[in-house]
Amino acid sequence: MSAPTSLPSLARVFRVRAGVELKEFFRQRESVVFTLMFPVILLVVFGAVLDYEIGGGVTFTQYFMAGVIAAGILGASLQNMAIGIATERSDGTLKHLAGTPMPTAAYFIGKVVQVLAVTVVTIAILLVVGVVLYGIDLPSGTQWLTFAWVALLGSAACTLLGIAVSSLPKNGRSASAMVTPFALVLQFISGVFFRFDQIPEWMQTIAAVFPLKWMAQGLRSVFLPDALAAQEPAGSWELGRVALVLLAWVVVGLLLCVRTFRWRDRADG
Amino acid sequence: MSAPLDRDAAISIRGLVKTYGERNAVDGLDLDIRRGEIFALLGPNGAGKTTTVEILEGYRSRDGGDVQVLGQDPATGGRRWRSGIGIVLQSGAGDSQLTCLELLRAQAAYYPDARDPAEVLELVGLAEKAGARGRALSGGQRRRLDVALGIVGKPALLFLDEPTTGFDPEARRQFWSLIRSLRDLGTTMLLTTHYLDEAEELADRVGVITGGRLVEVAVPGELGGRQTAPAVVSWTEDGARRTTPTPTPTAFVAELAARFGGEVPDLAVTRPTLEDVYLQMIGQPA
Repeated sequence: MSAPTSLPSLARVFRVRAGVELKEFFRQRESVVFTLMFPVILLVVFGAVLDYEIGGGVTFTQYFMAGVIAAGILGASLQNMAIGIATERSDGTLKHLAGTPMPTAAYFIGKVVQVLAVTVVTIAILLVVGVVLYGIDLPSGTQWLTFAWVALLGSAACTLLGIAVSSLPKNGRSASAMVTPFALVLQFISGVFFRFDQIPEWMQTIAAVFPLKWMAQGLRSVFLPDALAAQEPAGSWELGRVALVLLAWVVVGLLLCVRTFRWRDRADG
Repeated sequence: MSAPLDRDAAISIRGLVKTYGERNAVDGLDLDIRRGEIFALLGPNGAGKTTTVEILEGYRSRDGGDVQVLGQDPATGGRRWRSGIGIVLQSGAGDSQLTCLELLRAQAAYYPDARDPAEVLELVGLAEKAGARGRALSGGQRRRLDVALGIVGKPALLFLDEPTTGFDPEARRQFWSLIRSLRDLGTTMLLTTHYLDEAEELADRVGVITGGRLVEVAVPGELGGRQTAPAVVSWTEDGARRTTPTPTPTAFVAELAARFGGEVPDLAVTRPTLEDVYLQMIGQPA
């Protein structure tokens, strides 16, 4: 036997997996339409219908911009991961990969690259549509920085949660049936479609458990003038708390993933 | 327990046990598979076939016994060990938006010394489908893609779990010649199948597993003492079909020929097929 050739480098396998994940997402019409275009359609429709002022010369569409971007991040991460990975588990993709020398980390790196790409594209389209159709005021100065960390932290938390949740349903289709209504309800009570301060308090309390409310709140600090912070239930944007809750979800999500992730279908022994 | 593990074998198993609840799905199984050999594992559903193979593939843990696959315990085999084996799952490799060639290129990138993806497509007869996505392939073509994914890493040992289920006879024959060309390249193969003609055609040895144990291991022609089993001579006489089992069919037929003074009507001499002895072994009436 000849001397063993060395295993491919992690960097190379990571690159390959990233390429695979990007192709898998952007070539699938359903995922592109539902994940990428759904928030854009929401923005176009809501922007046209809910054309009123929320005070201080700010339109609801400006308020909605923060919410719909938060919803877009949720779709690109939690919904995308939960449904995508459940599908890959039930159709045998995961089992197949587990039988190869692909390092486990490469699978998750690929997913992270996919989520980041989808998130960036979604946000870019939303901003362009918002500015062109509804004259949205773009963030300025350090608001971009806040934008970046809220999006990044929120997307990390929701990606991990999505990976964890993907182990619950039987297959991809039941994952969709489980996660889609959950995400929709969460959007309704988290201040995406309506002003958060006008939602019943008990619903606010439920929403405050999950990351979406905090993402939307953090992004409102980016898209709304500081004067409107007074409209928040807490009377301020609470950016410190936004960071803390999202970080806590990153930790919880990570623990859940490590404990629950399975390479095989439950029906498969 | 019997002899120690055979370290030169591709696969060596001693006293393998796997328990589900109260039941031993695998119940003290011993087996050695030589390097370069094609071994077919036969057995009814629920006999412990899949469980055994999945323990060898490193998918499942075992509850007892010793196992070595390519010189290592599959339960602790790392990336290096994995790069020596190829797996063609019964369930296939999943759905994908990637083309055949893209899938093979990605798969090849996980291995230290992979085959050229384009050559592998050629080898499995999918060269003209290089740019097609999985969903555009027929059932047989998908299965050949699964095999291509299994061999692109140039494995020393290939697991094939019911590789030709759903094939038409033509596709099955093409597949068989693919397996033979892999054997010529030195690949060891462990094949599970429900098709006894396939086992007979391809395997150097077959093993029959029932109730979690190997009841016999033999070359296909000798399983269950087939080669010395009495032949059955049948013919038509006085408008009725006659059959007689005999250990000396040649003498018997000569006798018949003398009696009929020439051709014996509808004469046939048969020996038990692999299927006959297999069904007898697993306790089914043939």
